[in-house]
Amino acid sequence: MLKVKNLHASVGDKEILKGLDIEVKAGEIHAVMGPNGSGKSTLSSVLAGRDEYEVTAGEVDYLGKELLELNPEERSWEGIFLAFQYPVEIPGVSNINFLKTAINERRKYFEQEPIAAKDFLKMVKEKSTLVELSDKLKNRSVNVGFSGGEKKRNEIFQMAMLEPKLSILDETDSGLDIDALRIVAHGVNTLKSKHNATILITHYQRLLDYIIPDFVHVLYDGRIIKTGGKELALELEEKGYDWLTKAKA
Amino acid sequence: MAYSEDDLKQDLVDQEYEFGFTTDVDSEKIPKGLTEETVRIISSKKEEPEWLLEYRLKAFRVFQGMTEPDWAHVTYEKPSLQDIVFYSAPKPKKELASLDEVDPEILKTMERLGISLEEQKKLTGVAVDFVMDSVSVATSFKEKLGELGIIFCSFSEAVKDHPDLVKKYLGTVVPSSDNYYAALNSAVFSDGSFCYIPKGTKCPMELSTYFRINESGTGQFERTLLIADKGSYVSYLEGCTAPQRDENQLHAAVVELIALDDAEIKYSTVQNWYPGDKDGVGGVFNFVTKRGVCEQNAKISWTQVETGSAITWKYPSCILKGNNSVGEFYSVAVTNNHQMADTGTKMLHVGKNTKSTIISKGISAGNSHNSYRGLVKIGKGADNSRNFSQCDSLLMTDTCGAHTYPYIECENSTAQLEHEATTSKIGEDQKFYCLQRGIGEEKAISLIVNGYAKEVLNKLPMEFAVEAQKLLEISLEGSVG
Repeated sequence: MLKVKNLHASVGDKEILKGLDIEVKAGEIHAVMGPNGSGKSTLSSVLAGRDEYEVTAGEVDYLGKELLELNPEERSWEGIFLAFQYPVEIPGVSNINFLKTAINERRKYFEQEPIAAKDFLKMVKEKSTLVELSDKLKNRSVNVGFSGGEKKRNEIFQMAMLEPKLSILDETDSGLDIDALRIVAHGVNTLKSKHNATILITHYQRLLDYIIPDFVHVLYDGRIIKTGGKELALELEEKGYDWLTKAKA
Repeated sequence: MAYSEDDLKQDLVDQEYEFGFTTDVDSEKIPKGLTEETVRIISSKKEEPEWLLEYRLKAFRVFQGMTEPDWAHVTYEKPSLQDIVFYSAPKPKKELASLDEVDPEILKTMERLGISLEEQKKLTGVAVDFVMDSVSVATSFKEKLGELGIIFCSFSEAVKDHPDLVKKYLGTVVPSSDNYYAALNSAVFSDGSFCYIPKGTKCPMELSTYFRINESGTGQFERTLLIADKGSYVSYLEGCTAPQRDENQLHAAVVELIALDDAEIKYSTVQNWYPGDKDGVGGVFNFVTKRGVCEQNAKISWTQVETGSAITWKYPSCILKGNNSVGEFYSVAVTNNHQMADTGTKMLHVGKNTKSTIISKGISAGNSHNSYRGLVKIGKGADNSRNFSQCDSLLMTDTCGAHTYPYIECENSTAQLEHEATTSKIGEDQKFYCLQRGIGEEKAISLIVNGYAKEVLNKLPMEFAVEAQKLLEISLEGSVG
């Protein structure tokens, strides 16, 4: 589904990704771990197409398309979803209206009629149960006045509604208490299928107790320096990153 | 009786009038320029009574002694009044019994504006008085309103059919000496709308008027007079769209609202005059004086969505004369490209326990300038009066400007005043969040802006709110910096 080859990206003069490779197939869950400043969030931003990041070299193949040629909304329509580390607030725009607009814009792209109100509401009901999102939150302005946990649950709700092929969860576990973490993990696990894939970007092993990855990658200084199974995460938890990074340095 | 010198003079004057009538009779236009003669011709063309001619002439004399104000934060080339045609009427100007008799061309224009009368007639709850150029061409729902004693007609008709009401209230809220443009309007106003709601009557439908500038080079001087008698209620909608035009067009309207004891007037405007092209060429100059007076326990609520005009100069205001009266002002003003808007309100608290609310949302894009200018004045006798003001500005680009000029004058120590103001720039983070969800840039901007303006849009009647949202979207097309 996703093949990243020798990806280099920088912000301003600073190179952050320095030749990153990763391959993700449908049905897989990949965890990308690494210390602060290793380039984890840059990876998610570059894949989603944020324009502050300049890609200086490398290729990204997504379902046979050159991902880097697509603008951010096209990537979204083609099935890429980014759950933000810090979801933004949009005052005056209800969560529901926001999602309806998003869904209909994608339908327009695929030359489909706007979604029928009845189907939309049915979908909202079904998907919001998944992340235990209350009616009150659904109708409030996007993320305005939401607690940290509610914002993250709302991200997963949006993910459920948009039914992406490739989801990138950027530090979705940060700032979550154990209950919220469990809810978020339940959502992600339920949405998992053999047709979609997930990249979990995280600091901690904790999330991986709830969402079992097929692969764990260690990102350090802009490159993947080690790839393993789920046991790698446990090893990292125990030993920290030093044993890997020192060997590399 | 001998033919005296005086008689000769009179004959010459009369002849001049005749000349005035006959020139350009085909186009129903009078010659360009403004003189006392122009005023007389307009009055006479409209077959007005003597008192109204006197009113106009008095205003004209006051106007001659005035100079164009320059305190607003706008710059423009002052329109030359001698190049303006002060009166024109679309043809045919005969009594129409039904829509079938309306010029098909005019009907077509109305349809393009999305307000075809066929549709409007079917719509329950909306009566339309369509003003094209200066003369009303079609009025509907008149009978239905008539049953309730509600008068809703063109200003000219009101002068003919209800002269006492017009005479009693005309110029009582906006005196002709009020300001340069109000004086000009009082001298040469062409037509407009008149509305009277009888005592204790709740007007069952939204009253709406669509204004439109049609003929090139024709100034529009609309006059609106709305009287809500004791204990009555009315919601009035005014909206306008204008076709593209290269030369500047002057629009100087006067709107007077009178809310008698316990009455309530809700006045909503969607203004979309031609704003000029991307380089700031052309566009309508909109210099409007809107003001209402509230008697005891009365309420006036102004809601406006301003997206058009090259220059906007407009301050819908409330004189809170009666005790316990309430004034409200909700505004969204959008400027793009080279538009300049200086708009706001005046809340003049005179009576005791008077309350006013001001919510102003400015949106600036392109190279435009958007100013809020407001005055809250608490008079000596206005015990326990309250005001809340909130002025927000949203900037879309680095090249636009937002300015806020709030004036507060308080002469009573029991009053409570609050003022809040914010300025923000549309966030890259907000935009990217929308893009990532598959909402393209234009749509994202529209969504964010509509969210920002929601507090005000919510005050509009339903059908207007939808139109207003579309307008915001269209107005900001291509504004993404």
